[in-house]
Amino acid sequence: MDLQFSKEDEAFREEVRTWLEDNLLGEFAQLKGRGGPGDEDELIAERRAWEKRLGEAGWACVAWPKEHGGKSATLNQEVIFNEEYARSKAPGRLGHIGTELLGPTLIHFGNEEQKKRFLPGIVDASELWCQGYSEPNAGSDLANVQTQAVLDGDEWVINGQKIWTSHAHVAQWCFVLCRTDTDAPKHKGISYILVPMNQEGVEYRPIRQMTGNSEFSEVFFTDARTPKENVVGGINAGWKVAMGTLAFERGASTLGQQLAFNSEMDIILEAAKETGASKDPLIRQKLAALKVELNIMRLNSLRTLSHSETNELGREAMINKLYWSNLHRKMGEVAMEILGQESLVRPETEGYDLHKLQRLFLFSRADTIYAGSNQIQRNIIGERALGLPREPKVSTKT
Amino acid sequence: MKFALNDEQEALAESAKRFLQEKAGCEAALQVMETEQGFDEAVWDTMASELGWTALTIPEAYGGYGLGYTDLIPLLEAMGRHMLCSPFFSSICMGANSILEAGTEEQKAKWLPEIAAGTSRATLAFTEAGGTWCADDIQATYTRTDEGFVINGTKHYVLDGHTAHLIIIAARAEGSTGEKGISLFVMDPASQGLSICAIKNLDQTRKQANITLDNTPLALSAQLGGQDLDWSIVQRILDLAGVALSLEQVGCAERCLQTAVDYAKIRTQFNRPIGSFQAIKHKCADMLVLVESARSAAWYAAWSATQSEALADAASQAQSYCSDALYSCAAESIQIHGGIGFTWEHEAHLYFKRAQSSKVLLGTPETHRERIAQMLEL
Repeated sequence: MDLQFSKEDEAFREEVRTWLEDNLLGEFAQLKGRGGPGDEDELIAERRAWEKRLGEAGWACVAWPKEHGGKSATLNQEVIFNEEYARSKAPGRLGHIGTELLGPTLIHFGNEEQKKRFLPGIVDASELWCQGYSEPNAGSDLANVQTQAVLDGDEWVINGQKIWTSHAHVAQWCFVLCRTDTDAPKHKGISYILVPMNQEGVEYRPIRQMTGNSEFSEVFFTDARTPKENVVGGINAGWKVAMGTLAFERGASTLGQQLAFNSEMDIILEAAKETGASKDPLIRQKLAALKVELNIMRLNSLRTLSHSETNELGREAMINKLYWSNLHRKMGEVAMEILGQESLVRPETEGYDLHKLQRLFLFSRADTIYAGSNQIQRNIIGERALGLPREPKVSTKT
Repeated sequence: MKFALNDEQEALAESAKRFLQEKAGCEAALQVMETEQGFDEAVWDTMASELGWTALTIPEAYGGYGLGYTDLIPLLEAMGRHMLCSPFFSSICMGANSILEAGTEEQKAKWLPEIAAGTSRATLAFTEAGGTWCADDIQATYTRTDEGFVINGTKHYVLDGHTAHLIIIAARAEGSTGEKGISLFVMDPASQGLSICAIKNLDQTRKQANITLDNTPLALSAQLGGQDLDWSIVQRILDLAGVALSLEQVGCAERCLQTAVDYAKIRTQFNRPIGSFQAIKHKCADMLVLVESARSAAWYAAWSATQSEALADAASQAQSYCSDALYSCAAESIQIHGGIGFTWEHEAHLYFKRAQSSKVLLGTPETHRERIAQMLEL
């Protein structure tokens, strides 16, 4: 057992740190601390330029093979990159849906033409992506997607509606889960199709969130078209591809996220000292408990990483999402408790601006819903990690 | 960076499992806990002389194997999992550590070999009527005499105090206050003026005793380190005990989860295994979150034992989290087992009682969180 990174890894850390210091200057200095949860739809053009800068230096997708524009970083190095990125307060990644979700999916399931066509655009941020998964009637029951894709000559024709689509307003492309066989059992008639957003058949309407801003949208496909070859992993094999995307997450990003939470925690601790709430024995208990849980979030991820060398997903990997989402929510609640009446006062600006801790309080309600709600996470843990029996199926024929 | 057990530790876990499956477990605990002694002498002998567990962390110079604190992980987790009733914790994780951290070369050479061999069992008599581990609560006093010392006071809740061969007493110089003037003395339970009284415990699997010292005389050589201790040394001894307890708690919590899950798979109601109901499944999922997170905290604390500056923080983190985690898991396990979990013959109550005793043994979760708050300079 050794919780220290190797000399080589530390040298890599130094390289990342230096590069970030040298580049988060000038036009990019204003981006520090921006674009995080609840702030994702701000400074789009500037953050896009930043993505491009990252891509040119090979940092946009560090873990990708060099041939695809990455640095072939090891898992440890990927963690270190994420840690240093968070530590430097560099902005929220505008391209993260491409770099973290679509890219790895294409590298794993895509064919050579698809890799050649799409990976460079992710690396240089010339093409931003959004994820067309959820629908009004397909949330936790994702396999219930109803958006249809039908072949018409050399093109797919797509009709249907997606919802909660992050970055739809900035993306040029969307990877869409479509039903391509209406007669097959629901998991077996789905395809994973890449669709351009800038066309007549695609319309998006931003949804205003409880935080006041609009980071996600509804997306309507009305006879939208995309070339036949833009299906990933084969026709009707989309469910496997969609689920595969989840398996790419092995805790590398959780550590960067933990650092981001930690800087929020610093603000909370500061606020507690300023308001004098830190003298209250109950508040002291809550703050100490949060700090312990935050440290454990990091430790859980380090264990996941150590496991990843053997390439099996440990039990501790499955608990990460449930763990951090609950923790983040509690952080927001304790922050409000500390601020008391002052927690109700927003900045003196037009619109619905929020202070940082108010945003944390409100935004963290989403953490336990997106990317697999807490209830779905508990089902996954119960069934896959603990081997508990699935719930009996309710007949779909009514 | 590797935050996992190594091959030797995995092998130790395997051998601990094999031995304890046969010699410990809840059936054995239900028997042995009814005795005043509270443990099986034959099991102790095997652990000491055949398996060498008592020698594991004691340096080679004093007859041990000189392994690190992280090598205790597989043992302590297994002891918790299999509800081993044993003075291992008091003798090795409290007694031996006290001598190691505070003793002179001479004192280590005198006592550690017999503790390593298991022929002597040591314990730490620290807490008094208040039951806390604060310096202020040490009221037992020592005075210097021509030949040595005389000690007066009453020690409460001393782990295995009625079966130990070496009792390490915390006492303060008469007239001293706070963290100053604290000394540890190693004494023979047969000493003059010393009386030991076993307590009837809520958790029968872990025995405690009260010890009264009435003008008990001691030789000069009994004072660990030959002087009053810097409080940081005392704190380190307590933290090392806390780390060990956390590891044991992880094992206990994991067992609570395992039996609950096993039962939820086979118990049917409404024509379905109860584990297929989300009300049960989600409870189990939450328990796994607690077990794995507790494990991360406890392993990190064990690793920190070798990184002196990190130990205090890590130990209190582990103690606060693991105590709460085990308590929840033990409580939920009873709930998932339903009526059968409330019976004497089912093991669930043993873990629930152990959860409660562990929670208060070395400071409550609240005490440890307050300590963390202080370290955060709140």
